[in-house]
Amino acid sequence: MIAIESLTKRYPRVTALDRLTVGITPGVTGLVGANGAGKSTLIKILLGLAPATEGGATVLGLDVAREGSAIRERVGYMPEHDCLPPDVSATEFVVHMARMSGLPFTSARERTADTLRHVGLYEERYRPMGGYSTGMKQRVKLAQALVHDPKLVLLDEPTNGLDPVGRDEMLALIRRVHTDFGISVLVTSHLLGELERTCDHVVVIDGGKLLRASSTADFTKSTPSLAVEVTDTDAHPDGTEALRSALAAAGLSVQAPGTAGAPGAGHLLMVDATDESAYDTVRDTVIELGLGLVRMEQHRHRIAEVFQAGDESGASGTDPALAPAAGAGAAAAPASAADLALQPQKGGGDVA
Amino acid sequence: MSPEPHATTPVATPGKPPGQRGEDVIHNIGYRNYDGPRLGRGYARTSLFEQSLRGAYGLGRSAKSKVLPMLLFAVMCVPAAIVVAVTVFTKAKEMPVHYNEYVILMQPVIGVYIAAMAPQAVSLDLRFRVVPLYFSRPIERGDYVGAKYAALSAAIFVFTATSVLILYVGALLAKLDFGDETKGFALGLVCCLVFSVLHGGIALTVAAATPRRGFGVAAIIAVLTIPYMLVSALQGIVASQDNTSAIGWLGLASPGSLVDGLQSKLLGGDNAFPRGEDLTAAQTSAYALLTVVLIAGTYALLLRRYRKAGL
Ligand SMILES: Nc1ncnc2c1ncn2[C@@H]1O[C@H](COP(=O)(O)OP(=O)(O)O)[C@@H](O)[C@H]1O
Ligand SMILES: [Mg+2]
Repeated sequence: MIAIESLTKRYPRVTALDRLTVGITPGVTGLVGANGAGKSTLIKILLGLAPATEGGATVLGLDVAREGSAIRERVGYMPEHDCLPPDVSATEFVVHMARMSGLPFTSARERTADTLRHVGLYEERYRPMGGYSTGMKQRVKLAQALVHDPKLVLLDEPTNGLDPVGRDEMLALIRRVHTDFGISVLVTSHLLGELERTCDHVVVIDGGKLLRASSTADFTKSTPSLAVEVTDTDAHPDGTEALRSALAAAGLSVQAPGTAGAPGAGHLLMVDATDESAYDTVRDTVIELGLGLVRMEQHRHRIAEVFQAGDESGASGTDPALAPAAGAGAAAAPASAADLALQPQKGGGDVA
Repeated sequence: MSPEPHATTPVATPGKPPGQRGEDVIHNIGYRNYDGPRLGRGYARTSLFEQSLRGAYGLGRSAKSKVLPMLLFAVMCVPAAIVVAVTVFTKAKEMPVHYNEYVILMQPVIGVYIAAMAPQAVSLDLRFRVVPLYFSRPIERGDYVGAKYAALSAAIFVFTATSVLILYVGALLAKLDFGDETKGFALGLVCCLVFSVLHGGIALTVAAATPRRGFGVAAIIAVLTIPYMLVSALQGIVASQDNTSAIGWLGLASPGSLVDGLQSKLLGGDNAFPRGEDLTAAQTSAYALLTVVLIAGTYALLLRRYRKAGL
């Protein structure tokens, strides 16, 4: 779908993309990075709207530097910012945008009706868009990107500004763009967690550099682990710590999870369950120590935790810079621990 | 919450069963792919031109947006109709107002129309950031600017040429000399064309520089009327000192007097300058050159204005 080769984009004061090389296959791909990581810049280059300083890219086999117009005919784009005139109805607007993509008038009308229905906009599509909710506006923005039936859509932060319900709906819709419509998707987000349910692949960039690119399954496939929570007793005033050292002595790999601030955090241990015997070992050790077992459950890694684990062990080859920010994000949003906001790392500077 | 295994998903299957959530039931008319024609840049450009031209008369917009352009259009045409009625009834030997003269005379009305319509042609797209959506499509910067420029100029042309047409029809009804009137009418249309392209460019450039619609309206009125009034006043002063050549040179300083001088020399009309004297050869070249420079210059400025807008 997309091949990016040593792509560099320098603005007078910042390097937005730094020798980025990554390939993007059909399906839903998440492009994740903190604000200022270079996500929007990459999209503009892929649309042939901004020249690369060095390197290059092809989209659908077309060169971004020379064949921008042909790319834009086959690709849809949803910007991160508002882009809807308030005094026009969604129908009129999307029809007009379909014609701008080259669709004859009658086809533009038919496809507009279809597309608006597919994104979940019904009677309200005849009303001026000024009165729409954020969720409805995002749907219209998505519709105008889909109306000409592109092969690929580039969605820049489509969940921005939505409440949790709206976000889930948008993510489900994005998933359907691929599964039901057969259109490949590149979707950006600064929320690492929200993409794991939606994307087949995830590309993480930071400061314009590639941190990691792999399938979502690879991100979450690492060793299953066991979450164990125990009570304290008089003999062991810090039951959690006692269990941790006992299990470590028994040869198990144990971590206290980095989700500080999450409910029950300090009392939770993550035990790598390499085989079935780990369950028995944990049970026996708890009984031996005379602790009360509050819970013991199987736990699948989330993408964000993979990053934290990588930081702690320093083994996974990811950039440690991402992890502390991810932890901070989790603490700030205990309600949805999966949505770890990546804060800007360095003063990237907002250049006008 | 765990991701379902979506390995490689097949391409859209028409008539796919409804999704998991209840409200998705209506979606079950499956997605249809489009394999009809994609008409490309030229078509997109024409569509944009057409939409913008219609928009300049409030067509395809809310009823409220039709009021002002239609009202001004009526104000522009009614005096022409009155002139015709008078000519026909009094059986006059010639029209009381010449074609070009009528356009120059009606400048205040045309100015208000331009000031109202130029901002809505470009400022809305800038202010609500619709421009990136255009540039994410096959069209290029030049297509967008060209279509908007042509559309506003065409709108002004329709606005002015219609009254010229009314005058011509009236002249024929009054059985004035067919040859003379047809020639005057043709030159009148050329005058409208020059006027429209020049004013369209100036107004769009000002409008694109002021994304706030209200400011745009005020700025365009200012640019079109203040220099014209100054020029007229100064011309009056130098005329009273018998400095006839200065009158001509001063006329260069406003778009209205520029068109006026040009048409009086080249398009067979009389100008509204104090002495009504024709331009000298040097002045004529300066007028023509400045007009061309202004038209090309405003287009170039507009292109420049949109250099960053797509990003
Ligand atoms: N037009 C521009 N001129 C100068 N700097 C820019 C421009 N656009 C983006 N940048 C800078 O490039 C970096 C990447 O920006 P961007 O691609 O918008 O990041 P993201 O979309 O990931 O938040 C930021 O530091 C930003 O300030
Ligand atoms: Mg961005």
